[in-house]
Amino acid sequence: MFCLGCGTELKKVVSWHSLFAKEEGPLLCQECLEKLELISGEVCRLCSRPLGQNPYQQDGMCLDCLRWEENEAWSGVLDRNISVLMYNDYCKELIALFKYRGDYAVAAAFASLLKHQLGTLTYDLIVPVPLSPERLYERGFNQSEALILSLGKEPAHLLARKHSEKQSKKSRHDRIHLPQVFQITQQTNLSGKQIVLIDDIYTTGSTLRHAAILLKEAGAKTVISLTVARG
Amino acid sequence: MRFILQENKLKLAAPTDPDNKPITALTQIPHPETNPNYSFSQDLQHFLQGRMLLHDELPFPKEQLQEHYENGYIHYHKGISIEKSKPICTRCGNSSRHQFAAFPCARCGEKECLYCRQCIIMGRVSSCTPLLTWTGPEVQTKESVPLKWEGTLSQGQAHASKKVTEAIKANGELLVWAVCGAGKTEVLFAGIEAALAQGKRVCIATPRTDVVLELSPRLQAVFPDIKVAALYGGSEDRNENSVLTISTTHQLFRFHDAFDTIIIDEVDAFPFSADASLQRAAQKARKNVSSLIYLSATPNEKWQNECKRGTRPFVTIPGRYHRHPLPVPELKWCGNWEKTLKRGKLPRNVEAWITKRLTDQTPALLFLPKIELMETLLPYMKTFDERIEGVHAEDPQRKEKVQRMRSKVTPLLVTTTILERGVTFPGVDVAVLGAEDRIFTESALVQIAGRAGRSASQPNGNITFFHYGKTNAMNKATRQITNMNKEAFEKGLIDYVLPGMRN
Repeated sequence: MFCLGCGTELKKVVSWHSLFAKEEGPLLCQECLEKLELISGEVCRLCSRPLGQNPYQQDGMCLDCLRWEENEAWSGVLDRNISVLMYNDYCKELIALFKYRGDYAVAAAFASLLKHQLGTLTYDLIVPVPLSPERLYERGFNQSEALILSLGKEPAHLLARKHSEKQSKKSRHDRIHLPQVFQITQQTNLSGKQIVLIDDIYTTGSTLRHAAILLKEAGAKTVISLTVARG
Repeated sequence: MRFILQENKLKLAAPTDPDNKPITALTQIPHPETNPNYSFSQDLQHFLQGRMLLHDELPFPKEQLQEHYENGYIHYHKGISIEKSKPICTRCGNSSRHQFAAFPCARCGEKECLYCRQCIIMGRVSSCTPLLTWTGPEVQTKESVPLKWEGTLSQGQAHASKKVTEAIKANGELLVWAVCGAGKTEVLFAGIEAALAQGKRVCIATPRTDVVLELSPRLQAVFPDIKVAALYGGSEDRNENSVLTISTTHQLFRFHDAFDTIIIDEVDAFPFSADASLQRAAQKARKNVSSLIYLSATPNEKWQNECKRGTRPFVTIPGRYHRHPLPVPELKWCGNWEKTLKRGKLPRNVEAWITKRLTDQTPALLFLPKIELMETLLPYMKTFDERIEGVHAEDPQRKEKVQRMRSKVTPLLVTTTILERGVTFPGVDVAVLGAEDRIFTESALVQIAGRAGRSASQPNGNITFFHYGKTNAMNKATRQITNMNKEAFEKGLIDYVLPGMRN
């Protein structure tokens, strides 16, 4: 086995436990794991942003989430976002390797970090965030779908993209007041369904809310997003 | 991307075409004959000649590229070829199974499209990715490029320079085995000038970006009439088509059949695997008929033996340009230093060595075998002098710390092997703690010793290897240095041999 982050050989510690346990070993070496920062401590109950000493908080929510929830159109659309990692330099590097360089194998390392969180959720369907056909061709794969497949789950393709423009090139204002970029692909009745959206990163929460609102409109009971990093 | 074979030509397939395949799955790729009447794109010729690129790297429409292929001006290559059921990356030569991965590919629609992880940083090469090369006429470049350099070569440099020029003219191979501080770069000037005068394309390849950044301005200064292309990750000259290119190993992978002369600097700079990949890159980037010059201060044992047996053409520069001998390392036993370190202390003779440097205000480097040791050692060392600093490969402040050492703000710098080569601190003394560690190979130790006595004004310096048991590498390194001094003295390249120097 080799570390998916830096390619050094992973030393396998052979113990009685490792001989009999079915568990897979870690996919990143100790050094790479140490460079990643797990989100811990007090976090925003809606979006997982660490609150710490941040004065901009109220009722266990960060200011960004307060603004979303104060807005009538968006209040309660996304029930919760769970992120696993802080978006630090190394996390940024790994996500870039995965998404922009197109190193699909890195998905497995991220999936191993998401697995535990997914296990704590009850859900009926796991839905990927779709890419435009141009972007899909450019990257060769959809990072959200890659994460779901690497978690060993079946993606439910309920959404498609209407038109394209790179999210990362837009300001927060642009993203929040963006017209809907997704559409429901099949007129399925989602009433009472609990849905998990999976993506690589939660930045402003705009993309995930635009996806969530369509699912809610189709009857979904809850929509929770599970993301690798909180940007 | 998928292809079909039609009229013995490869065509981009529409999804509805029967028998369409990813390029790796094709048994053969036909190369249409060159159509002399085709008016090819000169922009494309300039961009692609000597290179091997992905569609994604070419700012030309696919249809235009296809048309050039059909008229015999471009070849398609399989991005990944399968030989004896083992995948090989055509760009970087990777053939280790664990450096490949498969994914459900949106471009070709295959569930398991294989791709190379080793060179992914340059854009993904997968089973459905063709690599393109130019097979049309070459861009003609036969202007004379005068060398503008006023300096003079030392006797040793002049001899090597003559040999290099001969090898380049004859498209031969040559190893330049030059001691640290011999002045290798100047040795290349005449040879490069001769190559350019013959209309040849020259590339200097090195594993390290630092070296590209150091060499480029020096060569640009002596060849002001041409644009020297400096290629490294993130450089702006990436698409520059120059007659003189300086490139890192990685960037060299983008070339194919490109150079008439390749000069590989610091051929021993990395462990064998990285070295092998540099050599593979060089083989791919050189033309069939071309010269290959290797530069090294510390060739590996295999090469040293080949030199001795006479099977490898080489020339030595055993003396430094300033005509003083290389300082010879002292070996000193320091007991179980790791245990001493765990008690938060240093072996007594090491501590004495350090305090002497601090009292005499002699700048000093202390090499350690592992990064982790630095954390235990630094706080203790700072009690001698709080300006003492430590540096390692991933230190974000690496450049600043080296700069502070250079400007003598830092009296002593503790370092891992990253500073073993490429840096010059005038008048520095050098010590290695734990010289018996595996990481200190013969060549690492020769390089470390090579840090001392480089400048003409301070040609001497103390080198001490503190050890807990002598190793072969330590003995061989010392022998290599004394042998070089002996040879240099015999050839009249240095003026004296130090009294008490072992030889």
